[in-house]
Amino acid sequence: MRRYTGRTFALEIVMVAATLVIAFPLYVLVNMSFRSRTSTESILAPTADPTLENYRTAWEDAGLGRALLNSTFVTVVSVIIIVVVSALAAYTLARVTRAWSKIVFIVVMIGLLLPFQLAMLPLYATIRDLDLIGSLWSLVLFYSGLQVPFATFLYVGFLRATPTDYEEAALLDGCTPLQAFRRVVFPLLRPITGTVVILNAVFVWNDFLTPLLYLSGSGTATMPLAVSTFVAQYSSNFNVVFAGLLIGMVPVLVVYFAMQRHIIKGFSGGLKA
Amino acid sequence: MLIPSGRGAILAFTDWNGISPSWEWIGLDNFVRLWETDVARDAVVRTIVIAVSIMFVQNAIGLLLALGVNSQIKSRNLLRVFLFAPAVLTPVVIAYLWRNLLAPTGALNELLDAVGLDGLQREWLGDSDTAMWAIIGIVVWQFAGYSMVIFLAGLQSIPTDVYEAAALDGAGPVRRFFSIDLPLLAPAITINLMLSIIGGIKLFDQVYATTGGGPANSTETLSTLIYRFAFNSGQFSFAIALAVVLTVLVAIFAFAQYAILRRGERRAS
Repeated sequence: MRRYTGRTFALEIVMVAATLVIAFPLYVLVNMSFRSRTSTESILAPTADPTLENYRTAWEDAGLGRALLNSTFVTVVSVIIIVVVSALAAYTLARVTRAWSKIVFIVVMIGLLLPFQLAMLPLYATIRDLDLIGSLWSLVLFYSGLQVPFATFLYVGFLRATPTDYEEAALLDGCTPLQAFRRVVFPLLRPITGTVVILNAVFVWNDFLTPLLYLSGSGTATMPLAVSTFVAQYSSNFNVVFAGLLIGMVPVLVVYFAMQRHIIKGFSGGLKA
Repeated sequence: MLIPSGRGAILAFTDWNGISPSWEWIGLDNFVRLWETDVARDAVVRTIVIAVSIMFVQNAIGLLLALGVNSQIKSRNLLRVFLFAPAVLTPVVIAYLWRNLLAPTGALNELLDAVGLDGLQREWLGDSDTAMWAIIGIVVWQFAGYSMVIFLAGLQSIPTDVYEAAALDGAGPVRRFFSIDLPLLAPAITINLMLSIIGGIKLFDQVYATTGGGPANSTETLSTLIYRFAFNSGQFSFAIALAVVLTVLVAIFAFAQYAILRRGERRAS
């Protein structure tokens, strides 16, 4: 190990300063969210007499509790579908060596490249014809279709690097292929499943454009959509807006700080595959 | 996903309004109109400028941060966690936060005033000269940590004996950066550039939440125009034609970068 030198110390100060600069907006957010509307203190100064009033207004008027449940439902169901479908598809694609398997793989990879903006409008028409506009299932359907190619891609890469011995032993012992998958292969996939879950959960939870199209005006909203509606209502009252924004961030932040080690690894590792 | 995308590609050549059961084939008319409509043509150019700017700035900052937190500093683990945190937050919520920070009486202008730079104060998002750059700044602020994490993963996969050999040969930090880090980071660079440029081309949330495309259309991107044409003026097939342009841009940039960077990676290895 290299020694801790004066130069390292200088670097340490520079990096801490850079982080503080980057964290500054979050300081303002937290600071202002506790401030009463009539306060005349500078935005930059710490709030002298903090109040929870803004939080009460935001929570009661924005329907954030409901939005929280909606977002959780969409995220959990979508991620489960994505994991099950992609893992099964990837298992088949990685182990079958016939020509059709290669063709299917290429088709799936094309799906990886297409931006969702292209499918979004035709799908909007389809979903409207199915009478699913305003339903959370429209989102589940959309995200599952959208994200399966990427997840399959990650799983195939991982499976190709995984030895086939265990599954062959399971098959010899009389497992059906599906049993072998459930009992042997899927548990082996755990590291990459973690990555798939994290990447997709963050994406689904944060997506705004799709709920804006598919849920707007229906009374059902996910977290980003509810926050957006709320901000529009209170645009003249900074402090309440900040409280609402903070409530909107809390779920992600809590999960992030609880699992940051895995999340950071998932982001860098999953994308390296 | 492929079927609606295919339908999208076909509908772009029709005059469908999104509701009526029938439509007519109008060939390239939508694309001709796109070229002749200033707002649309400007949005295409602007989208490219935004994506390329985000790509350069975000990755330059991300790389510097990665080098910083990959060093021997004591706070490195803590800093990594905090620098990456913005990247998991909901972009549209972050954009609303920045809209308030950048408002005429917002925190940035207060800060400039506090340090005596009040000459620099302006209505960042309400001025068509600065609005686009402000949005680029927001995106970079949020995702520089994302680039950092990928660079960091790349840096940590470099075996330490390479550095030791370089140190024995008397290479200084700058020399080490250009002769070791940069070439061996090639895969991380490829991924980072691709992700940031594709993200930039699809940019929607940040624009919608901050300026809504204004002032005077000066921040309109392809995605916000798609939304506007489809849902505010009912020009469904025209919006889909814009989505086709967006898809083509993504494909061009992805292939070009992949080809160029792959060649670079091979030369480096």
